[in-house]
Amino acid sequence: MKPAINTGEYFITGDVACAEGALAAGCRFFGGYPITPATEIAEHLSVRLPKVGGTFIQMEDEIAAMAAVLGASWGGVKSMTATSGPGFSLMMENIGLGICTETPCVVVNVQRVGPSTGLPTQGAQGDMMQARWGSHGHYEIIALAPFSPQELFYQTIHAFNLSETYRLPVLIMTDEMVGHMSEKVIIPDAKKIKTVSRCKPKGRKNRFKLYEPGPNLVAPMPAAGEGYNIHVTGLTHDTRGYPDMTVETHKQMMDRLIGKIRGNLNDIIQTESYRLDDAEIAIVSYGISARTSSAAVDEARKRGIKAGLLRLITVWPFPEDKIRELANRVKGFVTVEINLGQIHLEVQRCIGGKVPAFLVGDAGGAVIPPDRVLEVLKEAF
Amino acid sequence: MKPGHPPGHPLEDLLRTDRIPSIWCPGCGIGTAFSSCLTAIKESKIDPKKVVMVSGIGCSGRAAGYVKLDSFHTTHGRAIPFATGLKLARPDLTVIVFSGDGDLFAIGGNHFIHAARRNIDITVVCVNNFNYGMTGGQAAATTPSMAKTPTTPYGNPETPFNLPLMAYASGAVYVARWTILHSRDLTESINESLTKTGFSFIEVLSPCPVNYGRRNKEKPLDTLKIYKDRTIIKNKAHPTQVDLDYEKGIILGKFVDVDRPTFGESYAKICRQDKPE
Ligand SMILES: Cc1ncc(C[n+]2csc(CCOP(=O)(O)OP(=O)(O)O)c2C)c(N)n1
Ligand code: SF4
Ligand SMILES: [Mg+2]
Repeated sequence: MKPAINTGEYFITGDVACAEGALAAGCRFFGGYPITPATEIAEHLSVRLPKVGGTFIQMEDEIAAMAAVLGASWGGVKSMTATSGPGFSLMMENIGLGICTETPCVVVNVQRVGPSTGLPTQGAQGDMMQARWGSHGHYEIIALAPFSPQELFYQTIHAFNLSETYRLPVLIMTDEMVGHMSEKVIIPDAKKIKTVSRCKPKGRKNRFKLYEPGPNLVAPMPAAGEGYNIHVTGLTHDTRGYPDMTVETHKQMMDRLIGKIRGNLNDIIQTESYRLDDAEIAIVSYGISARTSSAAVDEARKRGIKAGLLRLITVWPFPEDKIRELANRVKGFVTVEINLGQIHLEVQRCIGGKVPAFLVGDAGGAVIPPDRVLEVLKEAF
Repeated sequence: MKPGHPPGHPLEDLLRTDRIPSIWCPGCGIGTAFSSCLTAIKESKIDPKKVVMVSGIGCSGRAAGYVKLDSFHTTHGRAIPFATGLKLARPDLTVIVFSGDGDLFAIGGNHFIHAARRNIDITVVCVNNFNYGMTGGQAAATTPSMAKTPTTPYGNPETPFNLPLMAYASGAVYVARWTILHSRDLTESINESLTKTGFSFIEVLSPCPVNYGRRNKEKPLDTLKIYKDRTIIKNKAHPTQVDLDYEKGIILGKFVDVDRPTFGESYAKICRQDKPE
């Protein structure tokens, strides 16, 4: 067998860095379906997984890919899929099954331009709200938006760790630009990589209840074949995992599914502040657009405009408190994203009209140039 | 057993008795097919800890909720790809997919043919009741031509699938068809396929008196009478010859039992092996 962690310094694409991050996190199953601009993740893992004792399978569609990923996870194996817009749409129902049955796994969306087939080879950030609400029913989700190949490597590991800790599908909402750009990526020594695995049940097997939560509202998770006789269903279920079609049980289940995320926001949410301490204008951005934004901040500062950047690494759950806190001390906000206003809506919601908020957005297909942000900074404030 | 207590169910150790009674209607055939499946698991002598059941959505799909094994009730049509992921992650497990005709062959048809083509080492038991029982009896991909259902009020204008033929053409290594009246043969077939390596498919013809029978002038006993009088057991019949024809007679039996490498075996050989530099 080959080593799963290829320690070293590389010049690789974001997609390849993502695949290497998955291996470093302990991912040993990938089920996917080819789609630009995520295909390279699958291709890289088709080479690497069998050599580290894992399995790669190209399924017949993204619905099957997502189902297989959930099945593998219940087999006790860390699993992942990667796709882009159209495939992400197809995965939605089974992402919901993953949420309801609390199945750890990672779903990567290397975003391209939609709606529909759109501009298949060009990047966008148009699936951010789909990531939040794309599957039916109400739920909480975790979505990360790394801004460089190096960060994609680390955040893929982190996505696995979060999914194993909180038992849900974690979404990596990267974009074509980050997925396809080549940059220096350092893969550290295996000893320096922190990985988390799902908490396993202890105690008597016949007394075991599949969804009896521990202190952080997450229940320990056995794998199939360990003698627990688990029943796993997407129907509303009680703590035994048994279907129960009552409003009360549904509420209890929902309280926990939502509570395990909302109750651990400090552990989950990551943001990065850039020149924000004395800023009068806060730019909010993520993924490739955060690069546009930090360049715009530097330009603005040269012109005496006190701008700063709040970079969202975690997009969902949304860092509401951070925005509210900023709203008390800045004169206004600018959201930069390659869509026509999705995270912008969240920013507005959190500001609650206290200060003005502007959007620098695009329908997609290209990186937003820093000049466009600078113009708004100059004119609007 | 304490004196005065009724004897337990013979399959008690494989049943979630705390979930009984089931949702299945009186006269429904699913329970019989399910019992055969449990008996086969028992007779196969495979450690039940290592046997897993995966179902989709439908009346038949509820089976996973009653079996006292690790069991998964997934989404409509997706039991097979879920089982594929589970089996590839855990080759040590024996994986049974137990689901309905609508689930496996309409919404999930694409997954069926691909799992058979890949020869994923699982056993698929399909309860074919010719309709979508759970949602009220609408037409399925198996509904006979001209049959009346709530979505074919003038008679079904479509042609149904011949399921064994589809399984055979897609690459299944074991293909059989029985009715719930042939529970001994059915049990034997399931038992055989559990220990067989590769993609096995067993079709079980089963009455849905409530939603299908009622609209097609078949009382529960009529259906069983058809299963008795108009079936012909013909092992090794070619799958092209077994389309369901009540006039000619319904052909039952084991149609295919061949061997070829599974996905897992080929993957290990072709992809896992380090090639000499
Ligand atoms: C995506 C989706 N579409 C539709 C349904 C509604 N639905 C539930 S069961 C079912 C049909 C089940 O038919 P079959 O598999 O033949 O099972 P039976 O009830 O006949 O045993 C349908 C259409 C669903 N649950 N999910
Ligand atoms: S509706 Fe039909 S298939 Fe469903 S339980 Fe009732 S008789 Fe059986
Ligand atoms: Mg049916």
